[in-house]
Amino acid sequence: MTTLLTILFDGVAYGMLLFVLASGLAVTLGLMNFVNLAHGAFAMTGGYVCAVLVNQAGWPFFAALPLAFVVSAIIGVVLERALYQHLYTRSHLDQVLFSIGLVFMSVAAVDYIMGSSRIFIKLPAALEGQIDFFGIGIGRYRLMIIVICGLLTAALQLILARTRFGSRLRAAVDDPRAASGLGINVPQVFAFTFAFGCGLAGLGGALSAEILGLDPYFPLKFMIYFLIVVTVGGSSSITGPFLASLLLGIGDVAGKYYVPKMGPFVIYTIMIVILIWRPNGLFGRSATR
Amino acid sequence: MFVSKKLLSRTAAGMAAAGVLALAAALSPASAQESVKIGLILPMTGGQASTGKQIDNAIKLYMQQHGDTVAGKKIEVILKDDAALPDNTKRLAQELIVNDKVNVIAGFGVTPAALAAAPLATQGKIPEVVMAAGTSIITERSPYIVRTSFTLAQSSTIIADWAVKNGIKKVATLTSDYAPGNDALNFFKEHFTAGGGEIVEEVKVPLANPDFAPFLQRMKDAKPDAMFVFVPAGQGGNFMKQYAERGLDKSGIKVIGPGDVTDDDLLNNMGDAVLGTVTAHIYSAAHPSAMNKEFVAAYKKAFGSRPGFMAVSGYDGINLIYEALKKTGGKTEGDALVEAMKGMKWESPRGPISIDPETRDIVQNVYIRKVEKADGELYNVEFQTFEAVKDSGKTKK
Repeated sequence: MTTLLTILFDGVAYGMLLFVLASGLAVTLGLMNFVNLAHGAFAMTGGYVCAVLVNQAGWPFFAALPLAFVVSAIIGVVLERALYQHLYTRSHLDQVLFSIGLVFMSVAAVDYIMGSSRIFIKLPAALEGQIDFFGIGIGRYRLMIIVICGLLTAALQLILARTRFGSRLRAAVDDPRAASGLGINVPQVFAFTFAFGCGLAGLGGALSAEILGLDPYFPLKFMIYFLIVVTVGGSSSITGPFLASLLLGIGDVAGKYYVPKMGPFVIYTIMIVILIWRPNGLFGRSATR
Repeated sequence: MFVSKKLLSRTAAGMAAAGVLALAAALSPASAQESVKIGLILPMTGGQASTGKQIDNAIKLYMQQHGDTVAGKKIEVILKDDAALPDNTKRLAQELIVNDKVNVIAGFGVTPAALAAAPLATQGKIPEVVMAAGTSIITERSPYIVRTSFTLAQSSTIIADWAVKNGIKKVATLTSDYAPGNDALNFFKEHFTAGGGEIVEEVKVPLANPDFAPFLQRMKDAKPDAMFVFVPAGQGGNFMKQYAERGLDKSGIKVIGPGDVTDDDLLNNMGDAVLGTVTAHIYSAAHPSAMNKEFVAAYKKAFGSRPGFMAVSGYDGINLIYEALKKTGGKTEGDALVEAMKGMKWESPRGPISIDPETRDIVQNVYIRKVEKADGELYNVEFQTFEAVKDSGKTKK
């Protein structure tokens, strides 16, 4: 029983991590209808920013986390203004080719600057080890991930549903022409949203270095996971990808524990079954463009 | 494919440099001295790049220390990057043999790369000195292959014998699911169960595995005396961190295995959880010999990092080529060189080693080591030696 709960806990932590990493992609793909395969590159940027600040400049881990968000967001907004905005109206194939090119460039650039070996972020001692909670082993680092990611999810949902910015964004997505006629600065809204998504990825990258490992091939290795989260969750809301992340996280961890020989297949099986059952994802609207 | 473009431009630059050298040699008849060319094929980019860098460094260091002339011939090393992709290895080996007319090919970061070059070595009658790849079958694939690294059978059987003798009865295994991992697992299992040990849990983890957590939880629940671990050198750090996070270090389950998991290259960054890990391996930077102390000091001074077992394999590989040339009096025929290499014995930074005249594979001491802290740094400290271990993984004839 306690083992089951430990597995569940690990699965939730893993799922939450996937969600923070992929939520930016859900925003660009779902709300802005742009296929950005280079999403993982922003996550990697955040990870390396955090690693350099903590390991080389001696920053405390918790001070470096927000900066991982900020730097990735700034790079995101620069690239959005310089490159991405020209591709919003192009076909999905153009977008895919463009962003996959960016991925290869980022891999080569990071390999050149930082070297190709795996990097670790030095963690404060308070985050290492496990707490024994009524016999259930709870990893401190994973607990922190759940707390941070949980808060982020709630904030994200509130911003999108309750704030003026959220309604502007939804308006800009549903009908850009009408929205700009009503005085909404559509390019600005898109740029800000894109930057925010990149920032989230950067934060996710910094958090995941400890669990997933950080090396220059990160964007390629995890691209498939992000895409699974978004396709299974459906890209029309935040709740969908969130539940999909949890499902995949728990499914993956439990699968690897209970049937280690089948381990890596479990999440792909889940994905296929869900997509056969609901082709637009768990919460997809069939009317999505 | 940006990576291959980078590779291409490097290759082009390398070829241009080689061309200039050839031109210079042709234009200056004063340097009538003949040269011996060594084609060095290593992964200098990609996930295995640390292997390539260590071997390249070690060879540079050796040539600084011993000069670049042997038996009246000038040694010229042509370095090519195959990014550990066997297709590249094959193409580069072909270019080196046909266009650059190299006398020896060397390097080879991974098993598939060494195997890809094997038929070319046989056809061209060119010695192939394997400096890294560790699967047993490699030397059986061509009569021109000589190895100066190690085989996984060497260290895995030794750690199994050690475990049996030291009261470890139940072991759970966690190995990466690819050829070297399976080699390590099978040789360990064979020796450990033959000695009366019991394998209580066997998990193969995917090579590109993001998260060890569920596998480690399974290890913990199996409650073994120790867990046998083989992961490629680069993943050792990630593994040890999660091992500690899950509290396995406190639950008394020790890590044992071949030395890849505690590679000197990364060991110092793994944190104190790794303390007490017992591994069997061919080289530790803490090996207490005068020669090794000198080697480690020189390597650190030149490259600012600690040499690992890959660096030593490269250092010994180039030494083998030098000594073989001395023995043939500078003759560079493939058959003569391989013949000269067979049975060669010498003192390496890792201890006394020799080339088995029958299998052309390396015979060396395997050391049992424990991770300890010395001068604030983590080291594999050797405490027991199994002398002159041959590779037991060769096909039974």
